[in-house]
Amino acid sequence: MACCVVLCCVVMGYQMIDKVALSAAEALGPVQDGSTILIGGFGTAGIPNELIDALIQCGAGGLTVVNNNAGSGDTGLAALLQSGQVKKVICSFPRTGDSWVFESLYRSGKIELELVPQGNLAERLRAAGAGVGAFFTPTGYGTELARHADGRWKETRHINGKDYVLEFPIRGDVALIKAEAGDRWGNLTFRKAARNFGPVMATAAKRTIATVHEIVALGQLNPEVIVTPGIFVSKIVKIERLATQSGAVKRATCEEHRA
Amino acid sequence: MSGYSKRTKQELAQRVAQDIFDGAYVNLGIGQPTLVANYLPEGVEVVLHSENGILGMGPAPAMEDEDYDLINAGKQPVTLLPGGAFFHHADSFAMMRGGHLDISVLGAFQVSVTGDLANWSTGEAGAIPAVGGAMDLAVGAKQTWVMMDLLTKQGVSKVVSVCTYPLTGIGCVKRIYSDLATLECTTDGLKLIDKVQGLEHTELERLLGLPVQT
Repeated sequence: MACCVVLCCVVMGYQMIDKVALSAAEALGPVQDGSTILIGGFGTAGIPNELIDALIQCGAGGLTVVNNNAGSGDTGLAALLQSGQVKKVICSFPRTGDSWVFESLYRSGKIELELVPQGNLAERLRAAGAGVGAFFTPTGYGTELARHADGRWKETRHINGKDYVLEFPIRGDVALIKAEAGDRWGNLTFRKAARNFGPVMATAAKRTIATVHEIVALGQLNPEVIVTPGIFVSKIVKIERLATQSGAVKRATCEEHRA
Repeated sequence: MSGYSKRTKQELAQRVAQDIFDGAYVNLGIGQPTLVANYLPEGVEVVLHSENGILGMGPAPAMEDEDYDLINAGKQPVTLLPGGAFFHHADSFAMMRGGHLDISVLGAFQVSVTGDLANWSTGEAGAIPAVGGAMDLAVGAKQTWVMMDLLTKQGVSKVVSVCTYPLTGIGCVKRIYSDLATLECTTDGLKLIDKVQGLEHTELERLLGLPVQT
Protein backbone atom coordinates (compact mmCIF):
# COMPACT_ATOMS: atom_id res chain seq x y z
CA MET A 1 0.00 0.00 0.00
CA ALA A 2 2.75 2.40 1.04
CA CYS A 3 4.70 1.36 -2.05
CA CYS A 4 1.67 2.11 -4.18
CA VAL A 5 1.41 5.62 -2.75
CA VAL A 6 5.10 6.27 -3.37
CA LEU A 7 4.83 4.86 -6.88
CA CYS A 8 1.79 7.01 -7.65
CA CYS A 9 3.65 10.07 -6.42
CA VAL A 10 6.61 9.29 -8.63
CA VAL A 11 4.41 8.56 -11.62
CA MET A 12 2.43 11.77 -11.08
CA GLY A 13 5.63 13.79 -10.74
CA TYR A 14 5.40 14.55 -7.02
CA GLN A 15 8.67 14.64 -5.15
CA MET A 16 9.07 13.39 -1.66
CA ILE A 17 10.25 15.84 0.92
CA ASP A 18 13.99 15.47 1.12
CA LYS A 19 15.91 18.11 3.05
CA VAL A 20 19.15 16.18 3.09
CA ALA A 21 22.00 17.96 1.30
CA LEU A 22 25.24 16.25 0.34
CA SER A 23 27.58 19.06 1.29
CA ALA A 24 27.60 22.09 3.55
CA ALA A 25 27.81 24.36 0.48
CA GLU A 26 24.77 22.70 -1.10
CA ALA A 27 22.89 22.93 2.20
CA LEU A 28 23.70 26.61 2.58
CA GLY A 29 22.70 27.54 -0.97
CA PRO A 30 22.86 31.15 -2.17
CA VAL A 31 23.12 33.89 0.46
CA GLN A 32 22.31 37.50 -0.48
CA ASP A 33 24.62 40.36 0.45
CA GLY A 34 23.27 42.21 3.48
CA SER A 35 21.59 39.13 4.98
CA THR A 36 21.10 38.58 8.69
CA ILE A 37 22.65 35.24 9.69
CA LEU A 38 21.72 33.59 12.98
CA ILE A 39 24.52 31.30 14.15
CA GLY A 40 23.93 28.83 16.99
CA GLY A 41 26.44 27.76 19.60
CA PHE A 42 27.65 28.65 23.04
CA GLY A 43 31.25 28.08 24.06
CA THR A 44 32.47 24.79 22.62
CA ALA A 45 28.93 23.43 22.22
CA GLY A 46 26.71 23.61 19.17
CA ILE A 47 28.78 25.74 16.81
CA PRO A 48 28.04 24.89 13.14
CA ASN A 49 31.63 25.41 11.98
CA GLU A 50 31.20 23.58 8.66
CA LEU A 51 28.32 25.89 7.70
CA ILE A 52 30.28 28.97 8.77
CA ASP A 53 33.11 27.79 6.50
CA ALA A 54 30.60 27.38 3.66
CA LEU A 55 29.36 30.92 4.30
CA ILE A 56 32.94 32.21 4.04
CA GLN A 57 33.33 30.29 0.76
CA CYS A 58 30.10 31.68 -0.68
CA GLY A 59 31.49 35.18 -0.23
CA ALA A 60 28.27 37.05 0.66
CA GLY A 61 29.12 40.41 2.23
CA GLY A 62 27.62 43.15 4.37
CA LEU A 63 26.25 40.51 6.73
CA THR A 64 24.73 40.99 10.16
CA VAL A 65 25.65 38.04 12.38
CA VAL A 66 23.71 37.03 15.49
CA ASN A 67 25.49 34.75 17.95
CA ASN A 68 25.94 34.74 21.72
CA ASN A 69 29.61 35.63 21.27
CA ALA A 70 31.81 37.24 18.65
CA GLY A 71 34.16 34.42 17.77
CA SER A 72 37.25 33.07 19.44
CA GLY A 73 40.64 32.01 18.12
CA ASP A 74 41.03 32.12 14.35
CA THR A 75 38.46 29.61 13.13
CA GLY A 76 34.68 29.45 12.79
CA LEU A 77 32.95 32.74 13.53
CA ALA A 78 36.29 34.49 14.06
CA ALA A 79 37.35 33.45 10.54
CA LEU A 80 34.05 34.78 9.15
CA LEU A 81 34.65 38.13 10.85
CA GLN A 82 38.25 38.15 9.61
CA SER A 83 37.03 37.61 6.04
CA GLY A 84 35.50 41.09 6.09
CA GLN A 85 32.03 39.77 5.16
CA VAL A 86 30.39 40.96 8.39
CA LYS A 87 29.38 44.58 9.00
CA LYS A 88 27.53 44.08 12.29
CA VAL A 89 27.48 41.62 15.18
CA ILE A 90 24.49 41.26 17.52
CA CYS A 91 25.58 39.36 20.63
CA SER A 92 25.62 39.32 24.43
CA PHE A 93 29.28 38.65 25.17
CA PRO A 94 31.84 39.67 22.52
CA ARG A 95 34.81 39.66 24.89
CA THR A 96 36.62 36.43 25.66
CA GLY A 97 40.27 35.63 26.30
CA ASP A 98 40.88 34.85 22.65
CA SER A 99 38.41 37.11 20.81
CA TRP A 100 41.23 39.07 19.21
CA VAL A 101 39.73 39.09 15.71
CA PHE A 102 36.58 40.87 16.87
CA GLU A 103 38.53 43.15 19.17
CA SER A 104 40.83 44.32 16.41
CA LEU A 105 37.94 44.94 13.95
CA TYR A 106 35.88 46.72 16.63
CA ARG A 107 38.71 48.97 17.73
CA SER A 108 39.51 49.94 14.15
CA GLY A 109 35.84 50.79 13.54
CA LYS A 110 35.42 48.06 10.93
CA ILE A 111 32.56 46.29 12.68
CA GLU A 112 29.42 47.46 14.42
CA LEU A 113 28.25 45.91 17.72
CA GLU A 114 24.74 45.67 19.14
CA LEU A 115 25.08 44.37 22.68
CA VAL A 116 21.97 42.52 23.91
CA PRO A 117 21.46 40.84 27.30
CA GLN A 118 21.55 37.08 26.71
CA GLY A 119 17.95 36.42 27.74
CA ASN A 120 16.68 39.29 25.62
CA LEU A 121 18.65 37.88 22.70
CA ALA A 122 16.96 34.49 23.14
CA GLU A 123 13.51 36.07 23.61
CA ARG A 124 13.89 38.43 20.62
CA LEU A 125 14.66 35.36 18.49
CA ARG A 126 11.74 33.49 20.03
CA ALA A 127 9.45 36.44 19.31
CA ALA A 128 10.57 36.45 15.67
CA GLY A 129 9.85 32.74 15.38
CA ALA A 130 6.47 33.02 17.09
CA GLY A 131 5.26 36.02 15.09
CA VAL A 132 5.22 38.34 18.11
CA GLY A 133 5.47 42.01 17.08
CA ALA A 134 7.39 43.17 20.16
CA PHE A 135 7.40 42.40 23.88
CA PHE A 136 7.99 44.05 27.24
CA THR A 137 10.85 42.57 29.26
CA PRO A 138 12.15 43.53 32.73
CA THR A 139 15.73 42.70 31.72
CA GLY A 140 17.84 45.79 31.18
CA TYR A 141 15.32 48.28 32.53
CA GLY A 142 17.09 51.42 33.76
CA THR A 143 20.44 50.35 32.28
CA GLU A 144 22.53 51.59 29.37
CA LEU A 145 21.27 48.64 27.32
CA ALA A 146 17.76 50.10 27.39
CA ARG A 147 18.89 52.67 24.81
CA HIS A 148 18.65 52.60 21.03
CA ALA A 149 21.88 52.82 19.00
CA ASP A 150 21.33 56.59 18.65
CA GLY A 151 21.20 57.00 22.44
CA ARG A 152 17.44 57.51 22.80
CA TRP A 153 15.80 55.51 25.58
CA LYS A 154 13.73 52.57 24.42
CA GLU A 155 10.04 52.68 25.18
CA THR A 156 9.19 51.49 28.71
CA ARG A 157 6.01 50.63 30.55
CA HIS A 158 4.96 50.12 34.15
CA ILE A 159 2.82 46.98 34.32
CA ASN A 160 1.38 45.59 37.56
CA GLY A 161 3.98 47.30 39.70
CA LYS A 162 6.99 46.37 37.58
CA ASP A 163 9.01 48.24 34.95
CA TYR A 164 9.59 46.84 31.48
CA VAL A 165 11.45 47.74 28.28
CA LEU A 166 9.96 47.24 24.83
CA GLU A 167 12.11 44.95 22.71
CA PHE A 168 11.66 43.94 19.08
CA PRO A 169 12.19 40.59 17.36
CA ILE A 170 15.44 39.62 15.63
CA ARG A 171 14.58 37.94 12.34
CA GLY A 172 17.16 36.03 10.37
CA ASP A 173 17.38 35.43 6.67
CA VAL A 174 19.38 32.29 7.34
CA ALA A 175 19.99 30.31 10.55
CA LEU A 176 23.01 28.02 10.81
CA ILE A 177 22.72 25.52 13.65
CA LYS A 178 24.28 22.27 14.84
CA ALA A 179 22.08 19.35 15.82
CA GLU A 180 22.73 15.72 16.66
CA ALA A 181 20.44 13.63 14.45
CA GLY A 182 17.96 14.43 11.71
CA ASP A 183 15.73 12.81 9.08
CA ARG A 184 14.74 13.81 5.55
CA TRP A 185 11.81 15.84 6.85
CA GLY A 186 14.29 17.96 8.83
CA ASN A 187 13.20 16.78 12.27
CA LEU A 188 16.06 17.32 14.70
CA THR A 189 17.37 16.12 18.03
CA PHE A 190 20.21 17.78 19.90
CA ARG A 191 22.95 16.66 22.24
CA LYS A 192 23.33 17.95 25.80
CA ALA A 193 24.11 21.66 26.16
CA ALA A 194 24.87 21.91 22.43
CA ARG A 195 21.14 22.57 22.05
CA ASN A 196 21.50 26.16 23.37
CA PHE A 197 20.33 28.66 20.71
CA GLY A 198 19.68 26.03 17.98
CA PRO A 199 15.95 25.36 18.40
CA VAL A 200 15.01 29.01 18.91
CA MET A 201 17.13 30.25 15.99
CA ALA A 202 15.61 27.55 13.78
CA THR A 203 12.20 29.16 14.25
CA ALA A 204 13.44 32.70 13.63
CA ALA A 205 14.92 32.51 10.12
CA LYS A 206 13.48 32.27 6.62
CA ARG A 207 15.86 29.38 5.94
CA THR A 208 17.42 27.14 8.58
CA ILE A 209 20.36 24.88 7.83
CA ALA A 210 21.44 22.28 10.37
CA THR A 211 24.47 20.06 10.58
CA VAL A 212 23.83 16.63 12.09
CA HIS A 213 26.08 13.79 13.08
CA GLU A 214 23.55 11.22 12.02
CA ILE A 215 20.86 11.02 9.35
CA VAL A 216 18.21 8.41 10.12
CA ALA A 217 15.28 7.01 8.17
CA LEU A 218 11.94 8.74 8.56
CA GLY A 219 10.19 7.35 11.63
CA GLN A 220 13.41 6.42 13.38
CA LEU A 221 13.50 9.53 15.55
CA ASN A 222 11.20 9.07 18.52
CA PRO A 223 8.46 11.68 17.97
CA GLU A 224 8.45 12.27 21.74
CA VAL A 225 12.06 13.42 21.70
CA ILE A 226 12.19 15.47 18.49
CA VAL A 227 13.14 18.95 19.71
CA THR A 228 12.88 20.87 16.45
CA PRO A 229 10.16 19.66 14.07
CA GLY A 230 11.06 19.74 10.38
CA ILE A 231 8.73 22.66 9.64
CA PHE A 232 11.45 24.93 11.01
CA VAL A 233 14.25 23.33 8.99
CA SER A 234 15.17 23.82 5.33
CA LYS A 235 18.24 21.62 4.87
CA ILE A 236 20.34 19.22 6.89
CA VAL A 237 23.83 17.99 6.15
CA LYS A 238 25.79 15.22 7.82
CA ILE A 239 29.17 16.03 9.32
CA GLU A 240 31.73 13.76 10.89
CA ARG A 241 31.65 13.77 14.67
CA LEU A 242 35.37 14.22 14.93
CA ALA A 243 35.68 16.61 12.02
CA THR A 244 34.66 19.43 14.30
CA GLN A 245 36.20 20.65 17.49
CA SER A 246 32.93 22.04 18.67
CA GLY A 247 30.79 19.33 20.12
CA ALA A 248 33.42 16.68 19.70
CA VAL A 249 33.38 14.29 22.60
CA LYS A 250 36.76 14.41 24.24
CA ARG A 251 36.64 10.76 25.18
CA ALA A 252 35.93 9.84 21.57
CA THR A 253 38.85 11.97 20.51
CA CYS A 254 41.09 10.24 23.03
CA GLU A 255 39.96 6.84 21.81
CA GLU A 256 40.60 7.92 18.26
CA HIS A 257 44.11 8.92 19.23
CA ARG A 258 44.70 5.66 21.02
CA ALA A 259 43.33 3.65 18.09
CA MET B 1 41.65 48.04 64.22
CA SER B 2 42.32 44.32 64.40
CA GLY B 3 40.37 42.08 66.69
CA TYR B 4 38.49 40.49 63.79
CA SER B 5 39.48 38.50 60.76
CA LYS B 6 37.82 38.45 57.35
CA ARG B 7 35.98 35.44 56.01
CA THR B 8 38.14 33.58 53.49
CA LYS B 9 36.64 32.86 50.06
CA GLN B 10 35.85 29.35 51.28
CA GLU B 11 34.23 30.61 54.49
CA LEU B 12 32.21 33.09 52.49
CA ALA B 13 31.04 30.35 50.13
CA GLN B 14 30.13 28.29 53.19
CA ARG B 15 28.18 31.24 54.65
CA VAL B 16 26.14 31.61 51.44
CA ALA B 17 25.54 27.87 51.22
CA GLN B 18 24.17 27.86 54.76
CA ASP B 19 21.19 29.99 53.62
CA ILE B 20 20.29 27.90 50.57
CA PHE B 21 17.18 25.91 51.40
CA ASP B 22 16.20 22.37 50.56
CA GLY B 23 14.58 22.04 47.13
CA ALA B 24 15.87 25.38 45.85
CA TYR B 25 16.55 25.99 42.16
CA VAL B 26 19.75 28.01 42.15
CA ASN B 27 21.97 29.73 39.60
CA LEU B 28 25.54 30.31 40.74
CA GLY B 29 27.22 33.06 38.71
CA ILE B 30 30.59 32.73 37.03
CA GLY B 31 33.61 33.09 39.36
CA GLN B 32 33.40 33.16 43.14
CA PRO B 33 29.71 32.09 43.38
CA THR B 34 30.53 28.70 41.81
CA LEU B 35 32.42 27.85 45.04
CA VAL B 36 29.08 27.76 46.89
CA ALA B 37 28.31 24.39 45.27
CA ASN B 38 31.14 22.83 47.30
CA TYR B 39 29.56 23.75 50.64
CA LEU B 40 25.88 22.88 50.32
CA PRO B 41 24.77 21.42 53.65
CA GLU B 42 24.28 17.66 54.05
CA GLY B 43 20.75 16.53 53.38
CA VAL B 44 19.86 19.64 51.39
CA GLU B 45 18.89 18.84 47.81
CA VAL B 46 19.47 21.77 45.48
CA VAL B 47 19.03 21.88 41.70
CA LEU B 48 21.68 23.96 39.98
CA HIS B 49 20.75 25.87 36.82
CA SER B 50 23.18 26.89 34.11
CA GLU B 51 21.84 29.50 31.70
CA ASN B 52 23.17 27.71 28.62
CA GLY B 53 20.46 25.10 29.15
CA ILE B 54 21.08 22.78 32.09
CA LEU B 55 19.14 21.96 35.26
CA GLY B 56 20.67 19.46 37.66
CA MET B 57 24.24 20.45 36.88
CA GLY B 58 26.88 18.40 38.67
CA PRO B 59 30.56 18.97 39.45
CA ALA B 60 33.44 19.00 36.98
CA PRO B 61 34.24 15.59 35.46
CA ALA B 62 37.58 13.80 35.51
CA MET B 63 39.70 15.12 32.66
CA GLU B 64 39.28 12.05 30.45
CA ASP B 65 35.48 12.33 30.80
CA GLU B 66 35.23 15.94 29.66
CA ASP B 67 32.54 16.42 27.03
CA TYR B 68 32.54 19.69 25.13
CA ASP B 69 28.78 19.44 24.60
CA LEU B 70 28.33 19.53 28.38
CA ILE B 71 29.69 22.83 29.66
CA ASN B 72 28.48 25.48 32.09
CA ALA B 73 27.89 29.19 31.47
CA GLY B 74 31.58 29.80 32.20
CA LYS B 75 32.31 27.35 29.36
CA GLN B 76 33.93 24.83 31.74
CA PRO B 77 33.15 21.10 31.40
CA VAL B 78 30.55 19.90 33.94
CA THR B 79 28.44 16.81 34.54
CA LEU B 80 24.71 16.14 34.72
CA LEU B 81 23.18 14.61 37.85
CA PRO B 82 20.47 11.93 37.64
CA GLY B 83 17.20 13.83 37.10
CA GLY B 84 18.96 16.61 35.20
CA ALA B 85 17.53 18.09 32.02
CA PHE B 86 18.61 20.03 28.93
CA PHE B 87 16.62 22.81 27.26
CA HIS B 88 17.16 25.65 24.81
CA HIS B 89 18.12 29.22 25.61
CA ALA B 90 14.65 30.77 25.43
CA ASP B 91 13.34 28.22 27.95
CA SER B 92 16.42 28.70 30.09
CA PHE B 93 15.92 32.45 30.38
CA ALA B 94 12.16 32.00 30.85
CA MET B 95 13.14 30.13 34.01
CA MET B 96 14.74 33.36 35.25
CA ARG B 97 12.50 36.03 33.82
CA GLY B 98 9.41 34.03 34.72
CA GLY B 99 10.45 33.91 38.37
CA HIS B 100 10.89 30.14 38.52
CA LEU B 101 14.46 30.26 39.79
CA ASP B 102 14.61 30.65 43.57
CA ILE B 103 18.07 32.10 44.06
CA SER B 104 20.67 33.73 41.83
CA VAL B 105 24.10 34.34 43.35
CA LEU B 106 26.22 36.95 41.57
CA GLY B 107 29.47 38.84 41.96
CA ALA B 108 29.43 42.65 41.95
CA PHE B 109 31.51 45.78 41.44
CA GLN B 110 29.03 47.87 43.43
CA VAL B 111 25.70 47.42 45.20
CA SER B 112 23.58 50.31 46.44
CA VAL B 113 21.88 50.32 49.84
CA THR B 114 18.54 49.87 48.09
CA GLY B 115 19.78 46.92 46.03
CA ASP B 116 20.81 48.47 42.71
CA LEU B 117 23.47 46.26 41.16
CA ALA B 118 26.50 47.15 39.02
CA ASN B 119 28.39 44.06 37.90
CA TRP B 120 28.75 44.05 34.13
CA SER B 121 30.90 47.04 33.23
CA THR B 122 33.23 49.45 34.97
CA GLY B 123 32.41 51.98 32.26
CA GLU B 124 36.12 52.20 31.47
CA ALA B 125 36.71 54.12 28.23
CA GLY B 126 37.76 51.89 25.36
CA ALA B 127 36.72 48.62 27.02
CA ILE B 128 34.65 46.32 24.82
CA PRO B 129 31.25 46.03 26.49
CA ALA B 130 30.01 42.50 27.33
CA VAL B 131 26.95 41.62 29.41
CA GLY B 132 26.08 37.95 28.89
CA GLY B 133 23.27 36.83 31.20
CA ALA B 134 24.07 39.27 34.04
CA MET B 135 21.03 41.52 33.56
CA ASP B 136 18.66 38.59 33.21
CA LEU B 137 20.04 36.88 36.31
CA ALA B 138 19.84 40.09 38.33
CA VAL B 139 16.14 40.72 37.76
CA GLY B 140 14.80 37.25 37.11
CA ALA B 141 15.24 35.12 40.21
CA LYS B 142 12.95 35.29 43.24
CA GLN B 143 16.00 36.34 45.28
CA THR B 144 19.24 37.83 43.99
CA TRP B 145 22.20 37.55 46.33
CA VAL B 146 25.55 39.19 45.84
CA MET B 147 28.77 37.61 47.02
CA MET B 148 31.81 39.90 47.20
CA ASP B 149 34.52 41.52 49.27
CA LEU B 150 33.05 44.51 51.09
CA LEU B 151 35.96 46.76 50.15
CA THR B 152 38.01 47.22 46.99
CA LYS B 153 41.75 46.53 47.12
CA GLN B 154 42.13 50.26 47.75
CA GLY B 155 39.86 50.00 50.80
CA VAL B 156 36.87 51.74 49.21
CA SER B 157 33.41 50.40 50.06
CA LYS B 158 31.71 48.48 47.27
CA VAL B 159 28.41 49.11 49.00
CA VAL B 160 27.38 52.65 48.06
CA SER B 161 24.46 55.03 48.39
CA VAL B 162 24.28 55.36 44.58
CA CYS B 163 26.18 53.17 42.08
CA THR B 164 28.69 55.06 39.94
CA TYR B 165 29.36 52.13 37.61
CA PRO B 166 26.83 51.29 34.88
CA LEU B 167 23.80 49.52 36.34
CA THR B 168 22.92 45.88 35.79
CA GLY B 169 19.53 46.15 37.49
CA ILE B 170 17.56 48.42 39.81
CA GLY B 171 16.55 47.40 43.34
CA CYS B 172 17.20 43.75 42.54
CA VAL B 173 19.72 42.68 45.21
CA LYS B 174 18.19 41.32 48.37
CA ARG B 175 21.30 40.30 50.27
CA ILE B 176 25.01 41.02 50.24
CA TYR B 177 27.25 38.23 51.52
CA SER B 178 30.70 39.65 52.13
CA ASP B 179 33.99 38.88 53.80
CA LEU B 180 33.04 41.12 56.75
CA ALA B 181 29.28 41.05 57.09
CA THR B 182 26.00 39.84 55.65
CA LEU B 183 23.67 42.71 54.82
CA GLU B 184 20.14 43.09 53.59
CA CYS B 185 19.30 45.79 51.03
CA THR B 186 15.91 47.38 51.67
CA THR B 187 14.05 50.47 50.49
CA ASP B 188 14.98 51.92 53.91
CA GLY B 189 18.68 51.16 53.46
CA LEU B 190 21.04 48.50 54.83
CA LYS B 191 20.11 46.09 57.58
CA LEU B 192 22.60 43.86 59.36
CA ILE B 193 22.12 40.10 59.20
CA ASP B 194 25.47 39.12 60.70
CA LYS B 195 29.11 40.19 60.87
CA VAL B 196 32.42 38.50 61.58
CA GLN B 197 33.30 38.03 65.20
CA GLY B 198 35.07 40.98 66.82
CA LEU B 199 33.99 43.54 64.20
CA GLU B 200 32.36 46.45 66.04
CA HIS B 201 29.18 47.83 64.49
CA THR B 202 30.65 51.33 64.42
CA GLU B 203 33.75 50.03 62.62
CA LEU B 204 31.54 48.31 60.01
CA GLU B 205 29.66 51.59 59.44
CA ARG B 206 32.98 53.46 59.23
CA LEU B 207 34.33 51.06 56.59
CA LEU B 208 31.11 51.32 54.59
CA GLY B 209 30.68 55.04 55.13
CA LEU B 210 26.99 54.20 55.50
CA PRO B 211 24.54 53.61 58.33
CA VAL B 212 23.56 50.00 59.00
CA GLN B 213 20.38 49.21 60.93
CA THR B 214 20.47 46.33 63.35
